[in-house]
Amino acid sequence: MGFFDKFKFSRLKEGLTKTRENIIAKVQKLITSKSKIDDELLNNLEEILILGDVGVSTTHQIIENIKVRVKQERYENSTELDRLLREEIQKMLLNGNGSDEAPFVISHTQKPHVIMIVGVNGVGKTTTIGKLAYNYKTAGKKVLIAAADTFRAAANEQLEIWAKRAGVDIIQQAHGADPAAVAYDSLKSGIANNVDVMIIDTAGRLHTKINLMEELKKIKRVLQKLMPEAPHEIYLVLDATTGQNAIQQAKQFTSAVGITGLVLTKLDGTAKGGVVIAVSQELNIPVKFIGVGETIEDLQPFDKNAFVNALFEKNEDI
Amino acid sequence: MFDDLTLKLESVFKKLRGYGKISESNIADSMREVRRVLLDSDVNYKVVKQFAEDVQKRALGQEVIASINPGQLIIKIIHNELVKLLGETRQDIKYSVMPPTVIMVAGLQGSGKTTFCAKLANHLKRKGNFPMLAAADIYRPAAIDQLLMLGKQIDIPVHYDRNKNAVEIAVDSIDHARKSARDVVIIDTAGRLHIDDEMMKEVETIKSRVNPNEILFVVDSMTGQDAVNTAKAFHDRLNFDGVVLTKLDGDTRGGAALSIRSVVNKPIKFVGVGEKLDALEPFHPDRMASRILGMGDIVTFVEKAQLEYDQEKAQKLEERLRKSQFTLEDFLEQLQEVKKMGPISQVLSMIPGMNKLPANAEIDNKSLVRVEAIIQSMSKTERSNPNVINGTRRRRIAIGSGTSVQEVNRVMKQFFEMQKMMKMFSRGKMPKHFRGLKLPTA
Repeated sequence: MGFFDKFKFSRLKEGLTKTRENIIAKVQKLITSKSKIDDELLNNLEEILILGDVGVSTTHQIIENIKVRVKQERYENSTELDRLLREEIQKMLLNGNGSDEAPFVISHTQKPHVIMIVGVNGVGKTTTIGKLAYNYKTAGKKVLIAAADTFRAAANEQLEIWAKRAGVDIIQQAHGADPAAVAYDSLKSGIANNVDVMIIDTAGRLHTKINLMEELKKIKRVLQKLMPEAPHEIYLVLDATTGQNAIQQAKQFTSAVGITGLVLTKLDGTAKGGVVIAVSQELNIPVKFIGVGETIEDLQPFDKNAFVNALFEKNEDI
Repeated sequence: MFDDLTLKLESVFKKLRGYGKISESNIADSMREVRRVLLDSDVNYKVVKQFAEDVQKRALGQEVIASINPGQLIIKIIHNELVKLLGETRQDIKYSVMPPTVIMVAGLQGSGKTTFCAKLANHLKRKGNFPMLAAADIYRPAAIDQLLMLGKQIDIPVHYDRNKNAVEIAVDSIDHARKSARDVVIIDTAGRLHIDDEMMKEVETIKSRVNPNEILFVVDSMTGQDAVNTAKAFHDRLNFDGVVLTKLDGDTRGGAALSIRSVVNKPIKFVGVGEKLDALEPFHPDRMASRILGMGDIVTFVEKAQLEYDQEKAQKLEERLRKSQFTLEDFLEQLQEVKKMGPISQVLSMIPGMNKLPANAEIDNKSLVRVEAIIQSMSKTERSNPNVINGTRRRRIAIGSGTSVQEVNRVMKQFFEMQKMMKMFSRGKMPKHFRGLKLPTA
């Protein structure tokens, strides 16, 4: 499985245990109490999915699909439900870093590979950057972090600590400086110093703040003055505890700067992050990474097969 | 705030209002819609179920069928049930008889604890208290620095100690407050997962050592179904006194507010509505319910206006109005007062009916800045005697303010309209076309 080795996989499972216990335990209880797939069973399934933040319309879509398949393919035994559910959810998730594609290998030759990180306040952008930087560094890349969150108090200090932990360079300017200027200067320096990967931190902003979304567009614009292809990736960081609002966030950030991938954080809690299914499907954006803890190693490349399997794996396999 | 929810419910209610008589199936249909709206708003599945049942039961009662306008009555029932769910009356912080009052703030990572602590300190300072902040988050990189910087911005002391643990810092901060005559201590604790036993033990220890008068649980208003689990876990451990909802200035429908309130039965005390340190509002369940149902929130608006509006200036303006002397100078002052109340879009959302503005009608403070620039580019004579502003002067003003003559014209037109209206007001007449009142835009 390439980068996704055994050790990492067990960490993903560990992180997802809470999620899985919730959904799986419930589905299994359902299955043992019922022998046939009928309306009541599907109603109960609805409750489970909605409680997992999958959302009303996506839940209904999944259930409709299952209903159709039960009818067409004549599934009657309730033990099939687990498999059907798994397949339906897998269908909805886009391929992120598939198992054949190594996550921290850069496919183009242009230097640096520019990654911009965006998201609302408090989702874990800075932590994700620290983890990303560490992973690229471990993969043998020369990494530079650009601290373009010049708004939040002590954002610079926080990022600096993460940069130190990852052992990478960081460029920052004074609190209150123009974030686009920081990004521009950093890219200039990144090009001059032959950096492989540059990761740009941006301030957390609610997607409804027009001025702040304009600011993001400006950052992208000035980067393109130096390098028309930059940023190569724009990741939207989503908090797994977020509910249906995540869809709005993804829509607004996509229309402002164009999101190329999602990072789902805080999956080590009890939140299920089910909304990511709707986001991925509706907006056609793959989930690239998931955050499953607070240490620098706790970032996992997202692999939908592994993700859904881990989600629906039988408990005794843990 | 809650805009989408409001819009959706409105379409349900519009249908309901149309019915002269309501049948059981009318109600069942509407309740299915209401249920869907609430689920889409992240209200917990179980809470929604209970809510829908309650409303339906009451709506099916004799009173609705017999009433003249059953649709209206159902809306009233939904409103009442929402208020009930949100916690009927507004509750303030419990103060200690013996200062200092100790307030402990806890919650998940990224919920906005540190920002809230600073906002609360600022809020209390404005109310005449002498608060102090304590930085007991020793884990997150630079959390202490963040609190220090925020404290500096609002001129409030921050107790910290980079060599001690969280419990010691919290305990020390109270001593420190006593010695420096501070009457409120706000302790910022680290964000933690409710299933992280070690961290939950730490916050329990802090609680038992400092014996806080008030424990506030901070939660992101965008939280989904998991809100009830987190709230319940924190509540089981800490028995907190109140809830703080943050990031309500986005477009989240904030269903978490309803869920948490009904699961832990503790009041929501504050809401965070912006990035600035004065963007904190006390939570009013009745107003919030009205807001959810699209009835506007005129009370908050008036209170905000009173808080920000300079009484003396208001009196002066009144006098001038009586003498029909409304000038551009006054116009500018008015604009600046409005600006103080916060982002225009936010102010507008509190006025009944204004929330029906098209969702993409972007009214932001930028346009006010342009109007300001135009007026500021006028000479004193021009401002007090706007009639002298002729074409040449308009061109000069446009160049001076970096705008166009058309924009200057528009501002002038708006000013004259406003002046006319003010004259009518001062004569005690209500202008016929009050609806035509437009906010200055350039």
